[in-house]
Amino acid sequence: MRAQTETIAGERQTRHLPRWMRHTGLTAGAVILVIIVLMGVFAPLLAPQDPYEQNLLARIVPPVWYEGGSWEHPLGTDHLGRDYLARLLYGARVSVFIGVTVAFVSGIIGTVLGVTAGYFGGKTDVVISFLITARLALPVILVALAIVALFGSSLTVVVSVLGLLLWDRFALVMRATTQQIRDADFVMAAKVQGASTLQIIVQEILPNVATNLTVVATLEIAQAIVLEAALSFLGLGVPPPLPSWGLMLAEGKSFILFDPWLITIPGVLLFGLVLAINLVGDGLRDVTAPDSRN
Amino acid sequence: MLRFILRRSGSALILMVVVSFVAFMLIFAAGDPAVKLAGEAGSSADAARIRALYGFDKPIPVQFFHWIAAAVRGNFGHSLYFDQPVASILFDRLGVTLLLGLTSFIFALVLAFPLGIAAARWQNTWIDRTALVIAVVGQAMPTFWFALLLVILFSVTFPILPTSGSETWQHFVMPSIVLGYFAAPAIMRLTRSGMITALETDYIRTARAMGIAPRNVLLKYALRNALIPVVSVSAAQLGYMLAGSVVVESVFAINGAGRLAWESILRSDLPTVQALVLCFSLVYVILTFLADILNAWLDPRMRLADARTD
Repeated sequence: MRAQTETIAGERQTRHLPRWMRHTGLTAGAVILVIIVLMGVFAPLLAPQDPYEQNLLARIVPPVWYEGGSWEHPLGTDHLGRDYLARLLYGARVSVFIGVTVAFVSGIIGTVLGVTAGYFGGKTDVVISFLITARLALPVILVALAIVALFGSSLTVVVSVLGLLLWDRFALVMRATTQQIRDADFVMAAKVQGASTLQIIVQEILPNVATNLTVVATLEIAQAIVLEAALSFLGLGVPPPLPSWGLMLAEGKSFILFDPWLITIPGVLLFGLVLAINLVGDGLRDVTAPDSRN
Repeated sequence: MLRFILRRSGSALILMVVVSFVAFMLIFAAGDPAVKLAGEAGSSADAARIRALYGFDKPIPVQFFHWIAAAVRGNFGHSLYFDQPVASILFDRLGVTLLLGLTSFIFALVLAFPLGIAAARWQNTWIDRTALVIAVVGQAMPTFWFALLLVILFSVTFPILPTSGSETWQHFVMPSIVLGYFAAPAIMRLTRSGMITALETDYIRTARAMGIAPRNVLLKYALRNALIPVVSVSAAQLGYMLAGSVVVESVFAINGAGRLAWESILRSDLPTVQALVLCFSLVYVILTFLADILNAWLDPRMRLADARTD
């Protein structure tokens, strides 16, 4: 039975390969995403200066295309004279790291809850569905801000708080997907062969919900990145002097009147990253399940 | 219908108790609150006094019961920063936020409905594609950055709108655009897909065959059915918008509940924070509850399905 599902998956892949290439959103998103991830990975090589080195004599130097800009600081410097390009490059690391780790933590929580609810149904499902509803009723930003304030801001606290809060969509989608396949023939066959519940879930259910899991994970990475930026923007996210794009926006806010580029540049990157991830997520959904497009 | 409403109120009530317990537990999230309140310079005697004063020495379920019993009577405790009852501060501020939520919601609907309907009516044309781009951009736009961009555009480049405060209607224009645009994409996409599904049904074909004007087919027959999923998502979006007010009110210095929440968190004014988490959750629960009722009224199938689950 497993062999059969594998060939179906294989056929689907070859059938959709040209489609993947033709999907503009997915390709564009993937290209932007790869560029930003490479920016983060190679930040130490690409950065013209140290992102933490302050130079109070060269504060708010404008980017090179403005009057007074120089190639020494291609994108200028911030209010403490730190090189803006270097901080942006290192900021990509913070965003990508937070996005991936939060999606990992919340993905585990959400998948365990969702698959359990979907597979067992009945009272288990009622309890877990109630948990999901309760979680949805909590205002994420408010709870996250409060907890970061109580524990003190650090990368670990931000990742843990967001990871513990953002599992709702994972749980919802995994529950629905598991419900759809729990009575499928290949699950029945495994049961008849005497497989344990754990074996069925790991060997039969999980491989078949993996596609949807990837799509949700992608969208959740984007969500986590925006939330981290929002928390940092409000002063309760990643602690300074770590370069986070949200923090850079907060620091640039005071200079909005005369140096709006301090706001536009980090914002464009943040927007571009989130847009790229969303496009990849939407694209993956279209490619893997063309019927569910909306 | 009455049975349906009663059943849903029951589950909403249980939900509220659970959510308020989470709000209540926030104060214990980072260890002994009495030590926190006594501050760095406080002695253990100070902490003990605070513990007795606030009732922290009692078991947590007892404390929770006291807190919730007081909250039901409109007493949310005493703000540590303002040194007055939380309730009296809260109600002014909530009014501003609800007003902002309402204007933003209207903006979201004005943007999302026509675009969603047009995108479905002229599927796969440039109209559809433009609507898609507007939705995709809106979903990726961080609210605080969009807010700052609007400030640059409407207050710096073309100085026509005020940047901060909440005194006149002009103060609400930019915040409403920001929050409304944040909520619009989900509503727009669902309106579009709902309309496409509805337009393919048999009763629409029949309506067309009977010679009913195309505009009526679209706006009267198809839209009513397309609206059902939109109602739920709109309620949820309205709830998220109120939470999003934390960010937007901070940027535009609007004296609403969102900004109060942020400031109270920075000042470690925990009773106020607890009350705000409770209020925001309560609004969300009420909104989704109302959406359920509205849906059951729009679509009798839903009432029946719910009754059948016994």
